Amino acid sequence: MSRSNAYPPDGTLDRRAVAACLLRDPGDLLVVTGLGSTTYDAGAAGDRPLNFYLWGAMGGAAMIGLGLAIAQPTKHVLVMTGDGEQLMGIGAIATLAGARRPNLSVAVLDNARFGETGAQRSHTSLGTDLAAVAKACGWEATAVAEDMDAVEALRPRLRREPLFAVIRISPAEVPRHLPPRDGAYLTHRFRAALGLPPL
Amino acid sequence: MSGQTWQPAVYAALKAARITQLAYVPDAGHAYLIEQAHADPDMEAVVLTTEEEGIAMAAGAWLGGQRAVLLMQSSGVGNCINMLSLPLNCRMPFFTLVTMRGEWGEFNPWQVPMGSATPAVLGAAGVHCRRVDEPKDAAEVVAYSAALAFDSAVPVAVLFSQRLIGAKVFVK
Repeated sequence: MSRSNAYPPDGTLDRRAVAACLLRDPGDLLVVTGLGSTTYDAGAAGDRPLNFYLWGAMGGAAMIGLGLAIAQPTKHVLVMTGDGEQLMGIGAIATLAGARRPNLSVAVLDNARFGETGAQRSHTSLGTDLAAVAKACGWEATAVAEDMDAVEALRPRLRREPLFAVIRISPAEVPRHLPPRDGAYLTHRFRAALGLPPL
Repeated sequence: MSGQTWQPAVYAALKAARITQLAYVPDAGHAYLIEQAHADPDMEAVVLTTEEEGIAMAAGAWLGGQRAVLLMQSSGVGNCINMLSLPLNCRMPFFTLVTMRGEWGEFNPWQVPMGSATPAVLGAAGVHCRRVDEPKDAAEVVAYSAALAFDSAVPVAVLFSQRLIGAKVFVK
């Protein structure tokens, strides 16, 4: 039996332009990013206390979003992560769907690569459709964006409804932008910005 | 499932510790707590697909000003190790109740390796472990372990021994 080597075409969107759009005028949007490039993207879009960046704990971004959304029901939580990070936490797509929080959205910046480790192809270039996975897990609202008009249209929705969106970005490398990586610092400033006291 | 006498006291200790999010991978030994949590309008009970999800959820709860507990059995501890870098790096509390398998009249040999390794693995990963063997100690150990976790922002696990829970009966 022969294997087909036909990969789907790469996304074309510039990841920094996508992040800048999604995080423009963030207000009190609570943002959680995944290990790797989406952490750099969010930092490049403008560091702020209500961004919580993962530099490790791969696969954990969406679940951090869930705990946060439960704890802060009057605010909206946006998890912005990559395809590789979400694939490692693929079960969380089902957990979030089952938990049905109205104030929690996920945006997967999908370059179909493991960008941190040498741009190896990820499962999203091998047949996995994360938006279809989310729909099959019970997410009522899913979307795929392939151009900036679609990303712009997603921006308000990702702040007001429980939406799982896949945004197909280019695998091209972009300059590193390194936001703070001290977890204790990130935690304390996030909680302080919500008016929560230290120990 | 009706609770053994110590289990209502353990749930009361979770409430007294002001825990409002309860994440779990089901286990028969936790069935009472899970039932109580789902029936409690002031507790958000979330079923997970794998245990490490609960560590991340607890981190999110803490970022947002709430306290969470993760319920799992010892076989799930191995799934958690890298995710424990999250509360450790972020100097966040983490609190988990672990029902032990593989140590007391275990029928299923597949439970033995992870059950045997659980205390050492948690210790190596930086988690403070407390063990409950006697029903009379359960609520107190949970209460003071929760205090250690949330007041000193460290990861703490309470291990409920298989003798306490009762070995699972496969052949009746």
